[in-house]
Amino acid sequence: MPEREQIHKTPQKRQEQESTERSVPTAQGEKIKGELDELLDEIDSVLETNAEEFVKSYIQKGGE
Amino acid sequence: MAVPKVCGIETEYGVSRRGGGEDNPVIASSLLINAYVDDKKVGWDFEDETPARDARGFTRDASNPPEVETHLVNAVLTNGARYYVDHAHPEYSTPECTDAMSVLRADKAGERIIAASMELAGITLGSEGEIVTYKNNSDGKGNSYGCHENYLMDRNCAFGDIVKTLLPWFVTRQIFTGAGKVGAEHDRDPVDFQISARSDFFEEEVGLETTIRRPIVNTRDEPHAMSSQYRRLHVIVGDANLCELSTFLKVGTTAIVLAMIEDNALESDLSIYEPVRALRSVSRDLTCASPLELRSGGSATPIDIQWQFLASAKIYAERTGLEHCGGAIVGEEVLRRWEEVLTDLQGDPLSLDGRLDWVTKFCLLEQFKDRDGLSWSDPKLALIDLQYHDVRPKRSLYERLVQAGKVERLLSEEEVELAISRPPDDTRAYFRGECLRRWPKSIIAANWDSIVFDVGAGSLQRVPMMDPLKGTRNHVEALLNTCDTPLDLIERLGSPLP
Repeated sequence: MPEREQIHKTPQKRQEQESTERSVPTAQGEKIKGELDELLDEIDSVLETNAEEFVKSYIQKGGE
Repeated sequence: MAVPKVCGIETEYGVSRRGGGEDNPVIASSLLINAYVDDKKVGWDFEDETPARDARGFTRDASNPPEVETHLVNAVLTNGARYYVDHAHPEYSTPECTDAMSVLRADKAGERIIAASMELAGITLGSEGEIVTYKNNSDGKGNSYGCHENYLMDRNCAFGDIVKTLLPWFVTRQIFTGAGKVGAEHDRDPVDFQISARSDFFEEEVGLETTIRRPIVNTRDEPHAMSSQYRRLHVIVGDANLCELSTFLKVGTTAIVLAMIEDNALESDLSIYEPVRALRSVSRDLTCASPLELRSGGSATPIDIQWQFLASAKIYAERTGLEHCGGAIVGEEVLRRWEEVLTDLQGDPLSLDGRLDWVTKFCLLEQFKDRDGLSWSDPKLALIDLQYHDVRPKRSLYERLVQAGKVERLLSEEEVELAISRPPDDTRAYFRGECLRRWPKSIIAANWDSIVFDVGAGSLQRVPMMDPLKGTRNHVEALLNTCDTPLDLIERLGSPLP
């Protein structure tokens, strides 16, 4: 389906960029990666604990 | 002739009671709002509500009665906003504003109000749990709730003309208004991630419904204003946004497009073939560059179509000015940011990380996917999708990104703080908010187009406010300052409201 093919176009482009960056590690690159890891860790610390259960239990009534 | 695009956003929030007590959303929503308004509560006056009236010129018969739930909590705030329970959700409706920056402020203030409500409700509940809310549009299980926009329009503008332009407009504007979503819903084809959280739920091009068979263009005709002069366009297709640029552009661009419709300023027919299907296909195309078939022949990508709208908007700004759609300053800023966003969507959509909700969310999800080796079906990604919208400042992933300097803000926290309690200066919201601030105990009921005062000795007086552009600070501040009591006000007010 044309729609599905399109979805992967952009992310793949980014992944190609990222693998280029990874193959030439720089101090700047390491710093950025470090900050990103820190941010992801921080987000991990505020995420609800049991993802599967939490997502399953979030049910709403339909609205407008 | 374009009328001033007085506008506002009404948002239904997702709500849960956690950590004890029955999870009844109507009770939870009521608890939440009551905790905030407490003794400041003013009732809503339902007398003029007509949700069954259709813009195409008829009123739906009583066999499908409109759902106006008169017994649920319903409050007006000193910033002119309405804060109430609607369809088992807490709903916050901004006051009437004349430009997108003002709406953004009032909408962001709403998030702060909901957050404050949660804290206060938590105190009331104590060990019996807490109320948690989400500024999003669905629960991932087929239930959706809305973030609606409202725009004042000229009654004399043919509704058919409005529909014709709004179909391609709403199909394509989601490339910058989408909040992002993991997965598909409403029995639509599976997808890993899509741009809009609402598009899957739409089934019709035009219609009166808001809860089932949702239409891209809603025909509700309930102007809350002089109906011979004005129409209120009720838009239900938008996503609930957190990124300030997303909200700013959503409202700012739409206001300009509506003014252009009124002034016949759009030259080409941008009608898309099968708009309901296109709404979904655009949502699923993260490149924003897959062509759509045009009814006039040929094809155009969503970005192309948006460029055409922007080109018309720039000519319109030159020839007619943007006075009626945000004013020169905000209007020019809308055009500038719109151009910037289209340029970047064309170059690399992911470069809009930190500026648009769907891109920011997508990039965050990708980062977790990469680091933790997750597939798109991993519940952790669905959790991130949800918790991005958590309204608690400490749990909101959007807020974490803001705090980490990863997201652009258009507003200062100071101006948001002011918008929590102060109404806009330039619409009737000023009169509403100021009366409520000065005489909270004397206002029996209020709604968009009237206030009912208790002037003492059991006498009630209704002040109609049928013109959204009257009752502004310029019109009434001096008068209000001369009044000690509502009775003074009634005696000195002419009719209609100045």
